[in-house]
Amino acid sequence: MDVERDTLHQLYYYLKLTRHLEERITSLYRQGKIVGGAWTSNGTEAISVGYSYALEKDDVTAPYFRDMGVFLVRGITPRRIVAQYLGRKTGVTGGKEGNVHIGDINFGCFGFPSHLADNYPVAAGAALAFKIRGEKRVAASSTGDGGTSRGDFHEALNFASVLKLPVVFFCNNNQYAYSTPLEKQMAIKDVAERSLAYAMPSEIVDGNDVVAVYKVSKEAYKKARAGEGPTFIECKTMRMHGHSEHDAAKYVPRELLEEWKKKDPILKMENYLLENNHASENELKDIDKRVHDVIEDAEEFAENSPYPDGKEAVEGLYATPIEKVKTL
Amino acid sequence: MKEITYVEAIHQALWEEMERDDSVFILGEDVGIYGGAFRVTEGMYEKFGELRVLDTPLSESGFTGAAIGASLVGMRPVVEMQFADFISCAFDQIVNVAAKNYYRWGGKTPIVIRAPYGGNIHGGAFHSQCPEGWFFHTPGLKLVAPAFPSDAKGLLKAAIRDDDPVIFFEHKFLYRRIKEEVPEDDYVIPIGEARIVQEGSDISVITYGAMVHTALEASKNLEESGISLEIVDLRTLMPLDKETVFDSVKKTNKVIVLYEATRSGGVGAEVAALISEEVFNYLDGPILRISAPDTPVPYSPPMEEYYLPQVEDVVEAAEKLAAY
Ligand SMILES: Cc1ncc(C[n+]2csc(CCOP(=O)(O)OP(=O)(O)O)c2C)c(N)n1
Repeated sequence: MDVERDTLHQLYYYLKLTRHLEERITSLYRQGKIVGGAWTSNGTEAISVGYSYALEKDDVTAPYFRDMGVFLVRGITPRRIVAQYLGRKTGVTGGKEGNVHIGDINFGCFGFPSHLADNYPVAAGAALAFKIRGEKRVAASSTGDGGTSRGDFHEALNFASVLKLPVVFFCNNNQYAYSTPLEKQMAIKDVAERSLAYAMPSEIVDGNDVVAVYKVSKEAYKKARAGEGPTFIECKTMRMHGHSEHDAAKYVPRELLEEWKKKDPILKMENYLLENNHASENELKDIDKRVHDVIEDAEEFAENSPYPDGKEAVEGLYATPIEKVKTL
Repeated sequence: MKEITYVEAIHQALWEEMERDDSVFILGEDVGIYGGAFRVTEGMYEKFGELRVLDTPLSESGFTGAAIGASLVGMRPVVEMQFADFISCAFDQIVNVAAKNYYRWGGKTPIVIRAPYGGNIHGGAFHSQCPEGWFFHTPGLKLVAPAFPSDAKGLLKAAIRDDDPVIFFEHKFLYRRIKEEVPEDDYVIPIGEARIVQEGSDISVITYGAMVHTALEASKNLEESGISLEIVDLRTLMPLDKETVFDSVKKTNKVIVLYEATRSGGVGAEVAALISEEVFNYLDGPILRISAPDTPVPYSPPMEEYYLPQVEDVVEAAEKLAAY
């Protein structure tokens, strides 16, 4: 599959945007401006960017908390994302939710519930609806390696496979679940083996190679759209920060981090673009400048945004308000 | 006696019970090498080994079910939920297996599930909940929710030695904020006994968890207006210590029920119902409830502040009730 030059540039843009936006969030966190915690996808950005960029506009995603790239690629603006972290009214959820607990149906992004793998069956359900209605749409969902140990993960795989649903499941296998290394998480070597029990085809891809993730996703979506059923895609990568920004991750051997640092997804993409003449130094610089400006603007916007009114806490519980229910 | 924090008290209780009884073991996510997300089990992996301080895969239903099984054959497992919110993933095992084992077929299930719960830490909807109401409605479970380090230590020991499944609700907001002198020797606080943490004459505030401290602060603020609060810390939610609650009501004749959980259908509603059923004649005014509203826990600070019961809410309610 050939990937167009413009697509490559966009992938690079979103990789950089994801990395730098989260770095800015970390810095806001260190300044004490973020209430609550901050998590980043540092080192694993190629996964969320790659798989979401391969989707069509009408497709939907049910992401997890290391999927910042998904929100950005789908079109949720950095302004609204930073405002979300700062608990402002202009944030994606108007202050009701914080940080990566982002969702906006207008962009085909289902909200992320903290409970890992909860979104897997939900994605299967969206795919079921597409199948029932005969629509050529797909659903994509992801979780961490730890999340694949949960029952909901397994129930979703089985359900989707039995019904041949147009859903693609991703695993951000970044070697650790908080402090728990892969070998304490599962007795198998590749997470992808999990899909065997459900007769679901799987792929293993270099999660630090955004082009590879993009391509393998595109193929899987194509199959799903053609009625050939779900695919499970394991993206191998490494979580380069602590579990959250307060965690120094002393339990991760430094050598492992050093080794993975050389395989940084942004570095990899830069080299790929330059070596193959897919981009010039100047074009990359222009993209970097755009990223920088967007983030500056987002931070300024968020910091100048108002907080919601306390009373808004009790608004918006029901989609059908109680007065309406009485007359239904 | 040494002054220790709420979290240190829990740590001590676990440590001492692990030393006292080989059948006690701990399991959960990141409890071993990492020492737990809140550092409750720090140092225990090194001291007691990896099988007694077991790092589990990320599977609440799996490790809770496993704890139940181990307890049926003579162990006394202590399960750590990383946050109480994630207990929902183990719901079925808790409410259908653990809670009903003894009643259905005499299977003793002495497990403890430690559930770090509660808000005021800017955790949002999935790291702030007070899920005690879900389990309050399930016969067969015992629920404890201490407000002080000494109670935390004594109640956790009692929970571990108890032959029934106990959910131990430890309030995250209190972990490092509350210090107290705690006996260094072995002691237990019996499950099922409330405590009057402050005697008073005008209004009984029936409460538990972090809200006990809100009530204590409100009481100070009310000194000027001469309204005296009697503060009853339930400590155990199930089985509920009706006697202590009723005795207090008989003395003050006025009641505020104060709790951090959402308003409808939980512990607060039950306390209010019991009082009106059994000691109605002693009441000089309506039973007032102060709680969180019936919504998920919001994230943004002004909203979370609005959501959580505040000292001023207690003061206001007390002034209103005093007029009766
Ligand atoms: C059901 C559930 N239990 C516990 C947690 C607390 N928790 C948050 S992230 C995390 C580790 C996640 O590891 P993994 O799934 O591998 O994702 P990663 O962080 O590595 O991206 C844990 C235990 C949770 N979010 N959901």
